[in-house]
Formats: sequence, C-alpha cells, structure tokens
Amino acid sequence: MILNQFLLLAAVLFCIGVYGVLARRNGVLVLMSVELILNAVNINLIAFGAFHDTVAGQVFALFVIAVAAAEVGVGLAIVLLIYRNRRSVDLTEINMMKG
Amino acid sequence: MIAQNLIFGILSVVMGLAALRVVTTQNVVHAALYLVVVLGGVAGIFILLAAEFAAITQVLVYIGAIVVLFLFGLMLTKAPLGRTANLDNDQKLLAAVVALMLFGVLAWSQIDAFGRLVVEPERVGTTAMVGDSIFLQYLVPFEVISVLLLAALVGAVVIARKD
Repeated sequence: MILNQFLLLAAVLFCIGVYGVLARRNGVLVLMSVELILNAVNINLIAFGAFHDTVAGQVFALFVIAVAAAEVGVGLAIVLLIYRNRRSVDLTEINMMKG
Repeated sequence: MIAQNLIFGILSVVMGLAALRVVTTQNVVHAALYLVVVLGGVAGIFILLAAEFAAITQVLVYIGAIVVLFLFGLMLTKAPLGRTANLDNDQKLLAAVVALMLFGVLAWSQIDAFGRLVVEPERVGTTAMVGDSIFLQYLVPFEVISVLLLAALVGAVVIARKD
C-alpha cells in the first residue's frame, strides 16, 4: 500500500469536516464535523507510525481519541447551556459579542 | 496486497460518501448515524494499518460513547427529528470553496512530498508494544490525559448542572 492513499483519504475527511464546521448552524452538527477532523488526524498519525515502523503514532492516536472524548463532553455541555439560555442552538443567533 | 487495496478502496468510497452526508443531510439524527459509518470506516483503516488496539478503541470510544453522547445532545436540545430546511447557514458556498482550496493545497503538498512511498504495516508493533510504549516512554502524557479527562468530566457536570 502507498502512504499517500491514506494521507489523501485523511485530507478528504479533514476538508469535509472543515466544510461542516463553516456551513452548519446547529451546534451539535458542528461538533460532529470537528469529530471528522480529529479522525482525519488520527488516520495520518497511524499511517505515519506504520510508515516509520514505530508504535508512537498509535500511542498519539489513542491520546487524540481521549482528548476528543473530553472535548465532546465539554462541548455538548456548553451547547446544552446555550440551549437552556436561548431556547435554540442556532449558532448564527449567538452574536452577543458582536460590536 | 491486492485484497488490501480493494478493501481500502471500498472503505474510502463509503467513508467519503458518508462524511459528505454528515455535513449535508437535513436530518440531524441521520447525520449522527452517517457519522457511525465514517467512524467504523476509520476503524477499518486502522486495521489495514495493523493498528488493532487503536481500531478497538475507536469502536469502543467513538461509536460506543461519543455517538451516544451526540444523540443525547440532539435529544436534550430538542432538535427537530424529521427533515428540516435550515440546518446550513448562508455561507455554504464560501465554505465549499474554502474546503476545496484547502484540499487542493493538502493534496498537492502530500503528493509532492511523499510521492509513491510504500507503507508495509505487517512489520508494525503489536498491542503489547503499544502498552509498553504508553507505560514507559509516554507515562507522563498518559497521566496528564487522565487528569484532563477528570477535569473535563467535572467541568461538563458543573456547566450543564441546573442550579
């Protein structure tokens, strides 16, 4: 297998995730797109680990998975708090800090 | 090697289409279910790269925990369960342009830098080597991660608590 096929797959997932973060207006869907981005990074880490014949890539991918779990927990808590205060998770309506 | 490439092709096509549906579908629950397809495909890619422990962890943590958390989030924010027309904001076209340009830069630089380098995953270490590596070389980051998880747990409870 070629290293580039994994890297290009990860690039596709990353860019789809970036599109989702920019184009979605529901807070939970934005968090889902962030998960796509983190998974693309994990594919890259493990592909480079396999390429360099080391397990360090796998270890870092496991760390990324743990951080992603923490991120989703806190992110969803924030989204829930926004919902409780504004009765909506529409991110285009959250513009209180706009001058 | 041909079988591996065939499986990679099937997995990548399925993952690409499912990922596109995650960011374009107008039904929030379908987005979460397409996300399951993408995450399962990533686990399959990990197995192709001989990273079986990462693949199992991916299934357990992502599909088992994070997707369930997403479904709870959708439920608690009373997301509309059927089709809704306004899940995308008005900068959709600009976002597509940005994503396509980013992909162009990434793909060009990766092809330019790594060409046709071959990866041979059958020589990579096993789960035992991953465990050794975590508990010897990466012990301090591992402990920091556990503290981070505790902090995130407490923080999520504090933020989302009704008071």
